[in-house]
Amino acid sequence: MPLLWLRVALACYAVGLLYALVALTRSSDLLSKIALHASYLGMVFHLVSLVEAVRLSGQIILTSVHNAESVLAFLMMIVFMIVYVAYKTTSPGIMVFPVVFLLTLVAAAGEQPFLQMPPGVRKGWLITHIALIFAGYAALVLSFGASLLYLIQERMLKSKQPTGILSRLPALEVIDDIGYRSLLIGFPFMTLGLIAGTVVAQFTFGHVDFLDPKILLSLLMWAVYLLMVYTRWHAGWRGRRAAYFAAGAFVAALVAWSANYFSAIHRFVQS
Amino acid sequence: MSFRLIGVNHNTAPVEVRERLAIPESRLPDALKRLVQHPGVDEGLILCTCNRVELLARTRNGTADLRGFLQDYFQLGASDLEPHIYDYSEAEAVRHLFRVTASLDSMIVGEAQILGQVKEAYATARAVGAVHSQLDLLLTRAFAVAKRVRTETAVGTSAVSVASVAVELAKKIFGSLQGKHVYLVGAGKMSELAARHLQAHGAASIFVANRTYERAKQLAAKFHGEAIHFSEIYNTCDRADIVITSTGAPVAIFKREHGEMFLSRRKNRPMFFIDIAVPRDVDPEMNKLDGIFVYDIDDLQQAVTSHIADRKKEAERAEFIINSEVERFQARLQTLDVVPTIVSLHDHLETIRQAEIDRVRGRLGSLSPEQELAIEALTRGIVNKIMHTPVSALKTAAREPEATTVVDLVRRLFNLQETKTDKSGNRSGDLD
Repeated sequence: MPLLWLRVALACYAVGLLYALVALTRSSDLLSKIALHASYLGMVFHLVSLVEAVRLSGQIILTSVHNAESVLAFLMMIVFMIVYVAYKTTSPGIMVFPVVFLLTLVAAAGEQPFLQMPPGVRKGWLITHIALIFAGYAALVLSFGASLLYLIQERMLKSKQPTGILSRLPALEVIDDIGYRSLLIGFPFMTLGLIAGTVVAQFTFGHVDFLDPKILLSLLMWAVYLLMVYTRWHAGWRGRRAAYFAAGAFVAALVAWSANYFSAIHRFVQS
Repeated sequence: MSFRLIGVNHNTAPVEVRERLAIPESRLPDALKRLVQHPGVDEGLILCTCNRVELLARTRNGTADLRGFLQDYFQLGASDLEPHIYDYSEAEAVRHLFRVTASLDSMIVGEAQILGQVKEAYATARAVGAVHSQLDLLLTRAFAVAKRVRTETAVGTSAVSVASVAVELAKKIFGSLQGKHVYLVGAGKMSELAARHLQAHGAASIFVANRTYERAKQLAAKFHGEAIHFSEIYNTCDRADIVITSTGAPVAIFKREHGEMFLSRRKNRPMFFIDIAVPRDVDPEMNKLDGIFVYDIDDLQQAVTSHIADRKKEAERAEFIINSEVERFQARLQTLDVVPTIVSLHDHLETIRQAEIDRVRGRLGSLSPEQELAIEALTRGIVNKIMHTPVSALKTAAREPEATTVVDLVRRLFNLQETKTDKSGNRSGDLD
């Protein structure tokens, strides 16, 4: 059942994806409205799917990699909606929708068996770890999306053809604000999430193995993130340089995520 | 219905003619009263702006001599007016009004002022009672059409003057101009105008630097701004988000290294340079810096030109809307024509029904409430069945030219009296 609802949600997000693709060539108010309503609908189905998964597995903790990706996609949609409410723009959707769609697509691809938590895990810490890290991921993706939009808008203004494509992007400073804020809000989440993760590892294994790829890569991602916040805050880096950084952090996050597939200690659940 | 519209506008008449036909606002009510007293005129409206003078009237059978009215009122000979006047009737008059109100007939297509001017003309005409029934309907529709054109096409959205393009661009960079600082380098007329526009859109403060400090002080005083010595520009310019340059300097004042300096002082917050000086005050190299946007006079002018072209394209789409709206309005008016007949047919049959019931009531004796209801239902059913065919024939005919023939036929067949029909459409309110 959760899979069915997730697939319905996927169909709704597909409309959003379509919006993202079309928005790259021309702007359409109508399509943006449709995409928004499809997203509401998609989020409802998505939530139903997540709740069902919790009910069926009997545990609040993520039950599989797919389930985790589904939760992450849902969180991103929430962040997207928060930005929409605050700034009245759907433009970050150009970035958010493809990512959400891909995550949901993978999650909806097939059923994975529910996995049980290993013994000795501190449930509370694990939930905290997951929730914080995921919020950090969602903010990071949004920030990356914003810096891409910033580049596009900057190029438009420099090319002096203000009526061309994407002429309805939000103003440069607004995009900048979205990117910076999501960075600032996302960073503490990510940091605390990593700390919580360390605590979990400590409790479960009695020590933290810093040479495990998952931990190494996570630390690397965190370092890029930190550097990005610092340059932005201290030197006001934005535009191209900030976009490169955000892209770097995004790639680092992807790599850290993919470590879930080969890390010895971080497989959501041990087998 | 019989609408007529005659007038002159900026395309048909030079300003010498238009100014002779202008009616000052104070005399407009009086002119309207004279217009509706003119033979054949039932309702009237006068639209008088600097680009057009138009008379719109609902006439009895289209016979009113509106040209005669113009000649009388302005004491002009027929030869003075004739070459400049356009004269539309019926659907063409409706179309022209719709186009004017939607700003498709304006000198600058899509400018927003005209709608307000038509609304004012309408308010004045209503106040003196010159507009009351079908003309009222027509104007209300014209406003709705104008709104539709505005929302469904982009005919009025783009900026078409250098100053408004500058504001538009500033908004693309900064979002809101609230709290933004504007720096004028050189105190020319153009930069003053642009600054005024920016201030009207919320810019917080204005700095003025000029080679003659006195001139800077004068201009700064106009904006309650701050005058700055010209030698200080490189030290102070980074305080501004928007810089407008218009000096007569033979070489660029702002070079790339200045831009880099400003950016580092501003922590890379963006800056917008509007360079309206020729030769240019800002080195084009500066536009290559991240976060600095330089537009010179040609760039602005080019944006204006391309916006005007965009408006023309949108105007074509707007014409389609106008066409369909004219048709809709015509159809609606014709339905209005058959409504009185339907109403009197209904009244007529209802009278017969009541009379027949009263006639046999005595012979039926006492009836139970159920029987009363049954009789009521029976007779009503018969009346409705009889009415059905003529009513649908009337409704169908309303959309076609032979409406009047069918109306006459139905009236003759059922022997309906003319008295109840108020053609000017007091019942129009419950239609649509």
